[in-house]
Amino acid sequence: MSEAVHPTRLPEREKPWMMRTYAGHSTAKASNELYRRNLAKGQTGLSIAFDLPTQTGHDPDEELARGEVGKVGVPIAHVGEMEALMEGIPLGEMNTSMTINATAAWLLALYIVAAERQGVPQERLTGTTQNDIIKEFLARGTYAFPPEPSMRLIADMVAYTVGNVPKWNPINICSYHLQEAGATPVQEIAYSLSNAIAVLDAVRERLGGQADELMGKVFGRISFFVNAGVRFVEEHAKLRAASILWEEIGRERYGVSDPRQLRFRYGVQVNSLGLTEAQPENNVQRIVLEALAVTLGRNARARAIQLPAWNEALGLPRPWDQQWSLRIQQVLAFETDILEYPDIFEGSKVMDGLVAELLAGARAEMAVVAEHGGAVAAVPYMKAALVDSHRERIRRIEAGEQVVVGQNRFTESEPSPLTADAEGGILVVDPAVEAQEIEAVRRWRAERDQAAVDAALADLSRVATEDGAERGNLMEASIVAARAGATTGEWAGALRAVFGSYRAPTGVGEASAPAGTASEPERLAALRDRVSALGEQLGRRPKILVGKPGLDGHSNGAEQIAVRARDAGMDVVYEGIRLTPSQIAASALQEGVHVIGLSILSGSHRELIPAVMEALREAGVSAPVIVGGIIPEQDAAALRQAGVAAVYTPKDFDISKIMSEIIDLLGTSANADGNGAASPSAPGTAARPAPPSAASKSAK
Amino acid sequence: MSADGRAIGARLREGDLSAAPAALNLLESTAPADREQATALMRVLSPAALGHEPPGHIIGVTGPPGAGKSTLLSALLAHWRSQEHLSVALLAVDPSSRRSGGSLLGDRARIEHDPSDRAVFIRSTAAGERLGGLAAGTRTAAHALAAAFDVVVVETVGVGQAETEVAEAVDTVVVVVQPGSGDSLQFLKAGIMEVPDILAVTKADTGQPAMSARRDLTAAMRSLGTDTPVLAVSSLPPPAGITELAQALAAHRAGCEVAARRRRGRHAGALIDFAAEHGNRGLRTLGGRDAAQRLLAALPDDLGEAEMVAALEAALAEASSPPVG
Repeated sequence: MSEAVHPTRLPEREKPWMMRTYAGHSTAKASNELYRRNLAKGQTGLSIAFDLPTQTGHDPDEELARGEVGKVGVPIAHVGEMEALMEGIPLGEMNTSMTINATAAWLLALYIVAAERQGVPQERLTGTTQNDIIKEFLARGTYAFPPEPSMRLIADMVAYTVGNVPKWNPINICSYHLQEAGATPVQEIAYSLSNAIAVLDAVRERLGGQADELMGKVFGRISFFVNAGVRFVEEHAKLRAASILWEEIGRERYGVSDPRQLRFRYGVQVNSLGLTEAQPENNVQRIVLEALAVTLGRNARARAIQLPAWNEALGLPRPWDQQWSLRIQQVLAFETDILEYPDIFEGSKVMDGLVAELLAGARAEMAVVAEHGGAVAAVPYMKAALVDSHRERIRRIEAGEQVVVGQNRFTESEPSPLTADAEGGILVVDPAVEAQEIEAVRRWRAERDQAAVDAALADLSRVATEDGAERGNLMEASIVAARAGATTGEWAGALRAVFGSYRAPTGVGEASAPAGTASEPERLAALRDRVSALGEQLGRRPKILVGKPGLDGHSNGAEQIAVRARDAGMDVVYEGIRLTPSQIAASALQEGVHVIGLSILSGSHRELIPAVMEALREAGVSAPVIVGGIIPEQDAAALRQAGVAAVYTPKDFDISKIMSEIIDLLGTSANADGNGAASPSAPGTAARPAPPSAASKSAK
Repeated sequence: MSADGRAIGARLREGDLSAAPAALNLLESTAPADREQATALMRVLSPAALGHEPPGHIIGVTGPPGAGKSTLLSALLAHWRSQEHLSVALLAVDPSSRRSGGSLLGDRARIEHDPSDRAVFIRSTAAGERLGGLAAGTRTAAHALAAAFDVVVVETVGVGQAETEVAEAVDTVVVVVQPGSGDSLQFLKAGIMEVPDILAVTKADTGQPAMSARRDLTAAMRSLGTDTPVLAVSSLPPPAGITELAQALAAHRAGCEVAARRRRGRHAGALIDFAAEHGNRGLRTLGGRDAAQRLLAALPDDLGEAEMVAALEAALAEASSPPVG
């Protein structure tokens, strides 16, 4: 037999991948307890979820942080909180992944100083900072500075870690969020690798004369964070294709020859976009199949895996939900036989064919990005392409061409015992957390050595203004500021003052007009007729304001609503992300919109929506408000109570139906007061007062 | 119930900036009751009623997509607010495709402004079916807002000949040109050299390309025998040339015959509105476009556009009524 040439079994069972759970909420102390429990359950690495103010460089007491503190992750405002987060966890042995981007340099600085205070030198630290800013512009929205200085921060960080924290992965290029934003497998490969090229080019330039000597090391430290959807055979092929292209880029563009440095190393969080709110128990089998995509074939197996929880489309998962996902990994690694074999797809004609198809597509798309001047310059192009792909995906689901069990087929269901408890089977963050954190950061500022902080921040600003090859490294200045006790908001504030702030392209202006081949031209045509008739009745074409209050940058849903409203014939004012309640009210008033659509996915709707309603009332705007997002039913009822006209959640996947209901709503209000526009409100149509709990919280 | 046009007009006349949203809701509306109130509003603000032209400086900013208009306007807005303390209204006309009838109005998000600043008003509209780059109502809206705001900017996307309608609607036209894009060449070919009062070459931070674009345009302007200023601006931090542009705008306004220019604009606008309502047949009944022009020229100088349209309609009624007796 040919066993010697091509063995059927590995000589010994392979070591499992690193198992993590994306976790963190409320406070550093509460998250530390959660991490320790998770490690006791057999988790082998940490994956830190930071809250949105920390991710975007704001302290808990800033206006934009309102409603977001401790929601989607843990707030870390200074080194004291980083120490509390890591208390009792030996940082010399732990492998820590941080989902942090715009403020990655700062959070790594805090981590280094926290380790230093545990007596662990930075050389020993292992882990990953996500640090992929281009995908933040494209898909995730937690950027803080304009593209150019953001790339400089990344280059500084890579240069610093390669020399001083050699086992750290300074950047984790993410294709994950591109798929969440609607990317096809080809787009996922092409855009993430183009993105990696932009980073490597910037680092090469940063290294100057040392580039030749160090590029292999740098290349070897770039890792990826990918996604895997339920079409798991094609998804596996995607990873094989990406690893082939990556090696090619290393050899040809950067002259790397060491095979270890050329390896495509990736971690995974499998798909959340495909998880459904309807019959959420089905998400468990989706997650299992998606995990197979990244573990089945040894040649393209993940280094680290974190699985989403079954109830992510409902709200924040509880520790028990996350434990279930960890157990899926453990069953796969320790009970099944997948770790006993060499690559099981080697020699498969079907797999090779799929890989070849994806390679050809990805190469062509990478050439287009290069023609646009590389990934940084091509952000608007890629963004518009993603919005288009996502629209096509939604169209296919609406039309039933893409089956989603329990959502557009087999929708009959028994009541689910999983969601029967009072909170509906999700985690609810204690609203008192925000006030505590505001108090804590103020106390911290009062008790530190202010002169040392001022000096460190002044030095950070000075380094930020430097230019050219001789400029200082922002990472070094950040570590000094971390030691001195500066806060996250102060660090980012100092850099914003030098770099300027930034709004990313929304992609919706560039998204193409509806294709003539749309499967539902009749429904769209019917909507347009109704919109035209409504326009006659109102005197102006119906005008809608679409925006996202708060810091949540997941704008895919809002973008799809904006594009469909345009396709249905409305005038759409789309303002994008990070809007304050007063900003929304000012826009609604000045633009004279007939209806306002708000989207929130971070769970901060309980605070932010009533605050927006209040601001609208103060501005005298009577236009009805609709809300979309991950909103549990009991919250939806409270929002309607507060005057919201309609609430939409992930189970409302039929956007044409949403449009139709908006038109109904406008027709009704047009009849009620003659002109549904945002003019000073008529009695009875104004938003009802916000419930007392929300009102007291919003009074800061 | 339609809003009270006279009351809104009076508020604008008194300098009440918060009347702007309600004024625009009326002026953009095609509902018959709203049209009537819109006419009432404009009557209050006609030069005859005010005793002078609405005092605000109406500025048109136009140029091809991607030339840097929004970034330039962000920098100008910051300058006007922080250095000169002027109130500013911005009417952003979006060229979005009307294939579906709908449009995405993105300017509000692109132009940096402080949403809590009550002295800044931004309104986006779709150009709609109207050729020539302006939305219906934008011209009258600019006129109305100039009664209350120090500066009224009409921003349009220039696509060749279309700039001329903008020129008729404003006191000063700035054409924004991006260096190194072939824009300056396009611009020379498009034959719209007489439109701009000021040329702004953006992205001065690019150095050489911006300098050569500026040189080419200056030479072209000279060869046409005009001394239209050509300025290089950079809106990126630190902004450069913004103060100079603001000064050039103010200087142009001080040197131009505002009343005469606005009157010409109102004549052109009245003709467009009349033709939109009564078609070419209406114009023929009046004896053609030239005859209509003469009719307008014979009217008192300080009439508002609404009164001018009314005068044309009266003439039309007279011309089409059967001879009595």
